[in-house]
Amino acid sequence: MNAIQLDKEGHLKHFIGIEGLKRALLIEILDTATSFISVGEKAVKKAPILRGKTIINLFFEPSTRTRTTFELASKRLSADVLNFNINTSSSSKGENLIDMLRNLEAMHCDMFIVRHNAAGAAHFIAQHVAPNISIINAGDGQHEHPTQAMLDMYTIRQHKGDFAPLRVALVGDIQHSRVARSNIYALQTLGVSELRVVGPKTLIPKGIEKFGVKVFNDLKTGLRDVDVIIMLRLQRERMRGALLPSAHEYFHYYGLTQEVLKVAHPEAIVMHPGPINRGVEIESKVADGKRSVILEQVSNGIAIRMAVMAMTLGTQRETY
Amino acid sequence: MSINQIDMLLNSMASYLKNKLKFQQRDAVLMIGIHTGGVWVAERLHAMLELSEPLGQLNIAFYRDDFSRIGLHPHVKPSSLPFEVDNRHIILVDDVLHTGRTIRAALNEIFDYGRPASVTLAVLVERNGRELPIQPDVIGCSLCLDSGKQIKLCGPEPLYLDYKNTR
Repeated sequence: MNAIQLDKEGHLKHFIGIEGLKRALLIEILDTATSFISVGEKAVKKAPILRGKTIINLFFEPSTRTRTTFELASKRLSADVLNFNINTSSSSKGENLIDMLRNLEAMHCDMFIVRHNAAGAAHFIAQHVAPNISIINAGDGQHEHPTQAMLDMYTIRQHKGDFAPLRVALVGDIQHSRVARSNIYALQTLGVSELRVVGPKTLIPKGIEKFGVKVFNDLKTGLRDVDVIIMLRLQRERMRGALLPSAHEYFHYYGLTQEVLKVAHPEAIVMHPGPINRGVEIESKVADGKRSVILEQVSNGIAIRMAVMAMTLGTQRETY
Repeated sequence: MSINQIDMLLNSMASYLKNKLKFQQRDAVLMIGIHTGGVWVAERLHAMLELSEPLGQLNIAFYRDDFSRIGLHPHVKPSSLPFEVDNRHIILVDDVLHTGRTIRAALNEIFDYGRPASVTLAVLVERNGRELPIQPDVIGCSLCLDSGKQIKLCGPEPLYLDYKNTR
């Protein structure tokens, strides 16, 4: 995958997934995002570096947070943004994906932000798109959601500084979660001391241990002494068959409550990629509590997305 | 140019600025240095003028006009202006004034923070090769160099000027 993500000099050209990216590059993304934070603090919340560039949000799957933060990030970099909601466009009239790409290319765009329910969609588009266009994966099926992972890393670094001593737990629906997958790659590359996945057997993929994670089926055991808790949303829309008895029962065994939180490190932070299902995977008191950094994740998402856009479009040096 | 000479230039800039501010009856001025060399010069001037407000730092990487050609510098330190710039008199400080493009970018960034009452430009070295109609108000020294020559301030301790050929 790196063959397509990086240019000859090792700079980001597309951002499809975390898998295989070097630690130095992940750190560079985090550092660049830090410098973009100040843009949001100015009276005019803009920097002109992508002025004149056209960015298309190509969303084949519904999204609010990711799409709006990508849109805001594009606008803060002074790019022009088009939102393509595929349900309402010509794919419902029978146009195929390649034809659609050719049409969008003809509009002289510079970047597509792609969300699709099929794994590999962003990669496929990167392979077939004109060479001057960058692709950013905003979530493809159960594969990856790399900007979410990077904003999670940013939030962790902001609160904990160093990754090396940390114990991190990913909790919930690991099976259907692209966020979990990208986070596992990112946390392993950045080198946390211990990475755990916690959830019912039916929602943890078989053989996940080969990624260097420890599996726990009991929530309290899994959260003992952890520094960072990343809760995952129960992805009912992706579940086929009876993986869970009921949301109520799930909360009973795997819902994060204040009571359960006591087993974690006293300074532990609670994260969630959103949208949160209150009373299913997390109790409101925890989601709104002082250990929760869920809204900071949203703000940091803008800076991370600005960084990734500037870095990918910045590699397109004039070759003519 | 030796270290002592840099100190001399800084001294003369500080006393010129002091008189100028007195004449203009501007006491509560703000000072902003441009990364990296401009910040070093600004730190010295800020101390010599005993300014009460903290020093601002500007990183113009996001405002450069050659982004599409050279891309983003990987280690951009964020700008920090720990004050409101609206209706304030600002002294903008850089190490070398050459094409004027850096100052153009810096002015654009300052105006994204607010509308200052005035901006005065102070540079340690002013050299030939301007590509924009931008001129300094306070100068340490003026140099006439071949177009292939580059001059750069190195530091922060000690400060010295480094020349190199780009051709």
